[in-house]
Amino acid sequence: MVDLTTLGDDSIAAKGWIKAHKWLILRRLSQLGILALFLAGPVLGVWIVKGNLASSLTLDILPLTDPHVLLQAVLSGVVPETTAIIGVVLVLLFYFVVGGRVYCSWVCPVNMITDLASWLRRMLGIRTTSQISRNSRYWMLALTLILPLVVSGGIIWELINPVSMMFRGIVFGMGATWVVVLAVFLFDLLVAKEGWCGRLCPVGAFYNLVGSRSLLRVNASNRAECNDCMECFVVCPEPHVIRLALKGESKGISPVILSSDCTNCGRCIDICAKDVFSYGGRTVSGTKRSNPEVIKKQEVHI
Amino acid sequence: MSDTDKKHEMNRRQFLGNMLKTACGVGLVGMGLGIYSNRASSLPAHYIRPPGALPEEDFLGACIRCGLCVRDCPYDILFLGEVGDDVATGTPYFVARSGPCEMCEDIPCILACPTNALDHGLTDIEESRMGLAVVVDQETCIAFHGLRCEVCFNVCPIRGRAITLDMRHNVRSGKHALFIPVVHSDACTGCGLCERACILEEAAIKVFPTDLAKGELGKHYRLGWKEKEKAGGALVTPDVEHEYNLPEGVRYDLQGEGLIIEEKPEETPFSSNPLNSLNSGFLDNK
Repeated sequence: MVDLTTLGDDSIAAKGWIKAHKWLILRRLSQLGILALFLAGPVLGVWIVKGNLASSLTLDILPLTDPHVLLQAVLSGVVPETTAIIGVVLVLLFYFVVGGRVYCSWVCPVNMITDLASWLRRMLGIRTTSQISRNSRYWMLALTLILPLVVSGGIIWELINPVSMMFRGIVFGMGATWVVVLAVFLFDLLVAKEGWCGRLCPVGAFYNLVGSRSLLRVNASNRAECNDCMECFVVCPEPHVIRLALKGESKGISPVILSSDCTNCGRCIDICAKDVFSYGGRTVSGTKRSNPEVIKKQEVHI
Repeated sequence: MSDTDKKHEMNRRQFLGNMLKTACGVGLVGMGLGIYSNRASSLPAHYIRPPGALPEEDFLGACIRCGLCVRDCPYDILFLGEVGDDVATGTPYFVARSGPCEMCEDIPCILACPTNALDHGLTDIEESRMGLAVVVDQETCIAFHGLRCEVCFNVCPIRGRAITLDMRHNVRSGKHALFIPVVHSDACTGCGLCERACILEEAAIKVFPTDLAKGELGKHYRLGWKEKEKAGGALVTPDVEHEYNLPEGVRYDLQGEGLIIEEKPEETPFSSNPLNSLNSGFLDNK
């Protein structure tokens, strides 16, 4: 059992506070920075980025479009403009390289809410177990893609999508959006651990699939140093992805976290006093190549 | 059954059970969303979509709620529906009374739209049909009281075609004219400039989504005079002229003077006035 009152203390002692929170700080800067770029226009009159995460135009030249929402629009029968198609291709290429769920941990504003809920759960010792399977998000994803086909009324998921709602709310006007955000927060705090991002969110599930072969991955290449403090499992939003990479050395499993559930958030890198984890490619040089059968098994398990 | 088989059996059961649970849960969410979407897709009458917007149902499928049209509107009249608004969350609209469409010639909102929810085929803003202006209240519109106003007529960007002033007799004074604003749907774009300009506390001319504002004549209706105009002549067999059984020299004009006696009867020694002959006896006896 990990002592939650001293969580991260050893890492801070070993690396200093800044280094022990390096990726967390960078992630918050990324999330807030993206919001700031979108807000600079309406608030300060400095137009760098227009629109929102669904579709945006940077410096009047770079279009970026969310593939999940455009897919829903296409399914409901629309033919998008060329700029939207270019935008989608750029976004897909980016997440194909850096990992789909980088969207979740480095871009999505809801992540700050659910991270706060996770942190509070640890602080308050809330230990509700969830009945909701982590695969539910794929069912939800299927639902978002089926609804535009069968129900008139278009992109129905966007009526309640907390991700786009929160971002749009901040950039264009909140209205009662805070109710939706509060609902997600309370759900994660009281009902299910990592309930929204890890189990239900179809946007995350979509990006998960986009990045299933991504090049940038977290690896446990220094796993020999692991002292079994288990703190990485506590802070990781998708803890099931760690075990095989961290503990699979004896079975010849690669130290690279290959599960696309991993959000590349880097909390494990920060929290580890022994610097077991680091960012890297899909294959790590200098380590034994894992045999394909084991990898297959690993993926099935995921 | 061996132990491992049993274990597999349990796993399979568990697996199927879990899957069923998830499927049911997600299915319920889907049903709820479907029902909610029905309610949420009705557009309130005073929320007008930007120019070129597809018909509402298609629009809701095409609009990805990015707000680029809002950003590119030079007059900042467009808003995105917020949670709790009566318009589908995140979709663009304007309210004519507070901020009507200024009808830019280059239509930047359409150019900004990445998905054709605002139809890129629309290049002439005068062809756009955002809604339709209606003189909704003839009791308060001061033109109907015989006062000169004509503000809506004068601010109309398609002045003289979308709104005309029709003169009518002022029955109250008996000697003046009423200058009545009349909207013509074949030219009105629904920009709402007239609604904003209306001088009343609450506008008497309002823009509504076209389907709310417009009636539709039954398809079987044929307006005789229009058909005649189209065909360049009457389409029905002309009526056989009615023959009246009248004495010679007398005819009957149905739509005019009535009985017409063309020839005067022959002169007789007797007066045509019967009283003359009746009275003559008296005169003789005297």
